[in-house]
Amino acid sequence: MKTIFYLLIFPGFLFSLTVGLLAGWLDRKLTARLQWRVGPPWYQNFMDILKLLGKETIVPEGSKLVFLLSPYLGLASVVLVTASLGRSIISPLDSFSGDLIVFLYLLIIPAIAVIIGASSSRNPLASVGASREMKLILAYELPLILCVIAVVLKCKGALQIGQVIQYQLLYGSIAFSLSGALAFIVAIFCIQAKLGIGLFDIAEADQEIMGGTLIEYSGLPLAIFKLTKAVMLYVLPVFIIVLFLGRDLTPIFIIAKYLMLLLIIILIKNTNPRLRIDQALKFFWRIPTVLAGIAVILASFGL
Amino acid sequence: MSHKIIVPIGPYHPLQEEPEFFQLYVEGEKVVDIDIIIGYNHRGIEKLSESKHFDQVPFLVERICGICSSSHPYAYVLAVENILGGEFNIVPEKSLFIRTIIDELQRIHSHLLWLGLVGHFIGYNTVWMWAWKFREPVLDMFEMVTGNRNNYAMFKVGGVRRDIKDDDIPQIKKMLDELLPGIDLFHGAIMDDPIIKMRLKDVGRLTRQQAIEWAVVGPTARASGVNIDIRRDEPYGSSDRLDWKVIIEKDGDIFCKTVVRILELYESISLIRQCLDKMPKSGIIDADIKDIPVGEGIGRVEAPRGECFHYIVSDGTNRPLRHKIRSPSFMNVASDKVAAVGGTISDATLTLAAVDPCYCCTERVAVINKSDNSKIMNGWDLIKLSQDKTLKLKESYYGRSK
Repeated sequence: MKTIFYLLIFPGFLFSLTVGLLAGWLDRKLTARLQWRVGPPWYQNFMDILKLLGKETIVPEGSKLVFLLSPYLGLASVVLVTASLGRSIISPLDSFSGDLIVFLYLLIIPAIAVIIGASSSRNPLASVGASREMKLILAYELPLILCVIAVVLKCKGALQIGQVIQYQLLYGSIAFSLSGALAFIVAIFCIQAKLGIGLFDIAEADQEIMGGTLIEYSGLPLAIFKLTKAVMLYVLPVFIIVLFLGRDLTPIFIIAKYLMLLLIIILIKNTNPRLRIDQALKFFWRIPTVLAGIAVILASFGL
Repeated sequence: MSHKIIVPIGPYHPLQEEPEFFQLYVEGEKVVDIDIIIGYNHRGIEKLSESKHFDQVPFLVERICGICSSSHPYAYVLAVENILGGEFNIVPEKSLFIRTIIDELQRIHSHLLWLGLVGHFIGYNTVWMWAWKFREPVLDMFEMVTGNRNNYAMFKVGGVRRDIKDDDIPQIKKMLDELLPGIDLFHGAIMDDPIIKMRLKDVGRLTRQQAIEWAVVGPTARASGVNIDIRRDEPYGSSDRLDWKVIIEKDGDIFCKTVVRILELYESISLIRQCLDKMPKSGIIDADIKDIPVGEGIGRVEAPRGECFHYIVSDGTNRPLRHKIRSPSFMNVASDKVAAVGGTISDATLTLAAVDPCYCCTERVAVINKSDNSKIMNGWDLIKLSQDKTLKLKESYYGRSK
């Protein structure tokens, strides 16, 4: 019973969804203000989802089951992360050994779900989008994993979120060490690529491939993808906060840190054009991967 | 090994404001070939024009395109004035300056609009919104001078329809001044931002040779180093009496096209300023033309996108016997065939937009088989058709004039 509550209400599905949609609104509102527009009211994202739920679902020819199921795959995996991560923040001792690795895996699944869904729709634009998403995964996954390895080394080999939090309680936030700072900056870029916004809005790229991966989706499955995006917008910054700024995890500090990260992401999004996919690959492999590698080396020397 | 798939851009696509169809043949992300299919926006303007009298046609042709809605009427009145003996001979002094002011204001608003769209297409929506915000005062200026934000209804054969009031001139100058910081901002951003450079530099390159071979016009040609500008080559309005220069860039990529357009903004502002200074304080603005004699005339105007060409045949009645329009986009869009091939899809879409295509200008003719909606005429058929028509026209025209 308790597990279901954790998963579905707090800190799992409902809570993360609400926060994610509100964060999405903040993004839209700030973006609008930066662009001399008015922006939507706070409940706009909720209304969008509600509206999508009432729309007809059009399923293209092809593997219909895969097409319809892949959105749920993505949502389920991120909800799992939110529940588990939230539990770890509330009571660090409850986390299980190796959950960091599990989180890394679960956080790739939404992207993979998008690829599977897009490919099964047999749309040429969707397949271009899927191939871009795939390349993007190749680009950002390595630096992100290196960042996490740097954190793990810093915490003397702790593969458990609870231990990472406890280490930071004792010795201060990891982001304030040399290796931690490097890894933190890299991680900020990685989560933007994971979210697919701003510089890395490549797989959807409205003006190039008309929404790419999501082009054939409508109604409920599209709403599920949007929800996945919203939950990601909540869980990824929180994940980074726990890893790098985990010294003080009282609610007020978590909210402040979350808003700060969100603000950075929104500002980067609004002051940069979209990269081409080959440029994104080059960028990630040349700069963040090298920086993250340096962070790992520094962390292994305890810096 | 070849895995060609077709990526459709259009007929309805967020990249385009208007329906148009580009088929990109891609291998992975690389565009290997492109088909350009036009004919979705044909409205029969030329035919309509031949059923209106000479004074009505400017209102019709300025509705060809909402963006260059002074170039088309201007080219049309130039063509009619060509029959009458040339713009400089019949149009009052003051009207020449007013015409140039309208023409250059239109260039500013069109280039700013394009700049915003390019921002939008590279996913930089802040540039989009900001460019269009800075474009707003230009439309206000239009409203002040002509009474309309678009479709200005300013041009008539032998003059202009509205005078610029002396009281308005300081206000227009002030608004021009306020425009400069915005343009400086974009100039700086385009020149300095490394990521914008990454997206625009060496993309969609049209070499000088290709530009000449594909006969591109306007900023697209000037960005490739082709030194053409109708305002200088065949002066109209007051452009020969003002001090300005033609902006030329060498590389022909999208970055150069952007730079050319931004620098042209400065030139246009300077041109308007000079016009306001040199314009006679008083005087008539309309030559009061009543009859159009028999004859044929050509009008050429440097529209924001390039040479806008109008051809008029008059048989002495009050309606044009033939009205032929060739808009700049018709020439520029075809050059995508070389410029967009070889890059990725992201580059290709940007290249398609970089010539500042205006499809409602482009559409002149579409011949469709009603039963299966297929096109039944190819290029040679059309040339044959037009030759036949010219022959017929000549017979009727010279037959009657004799």
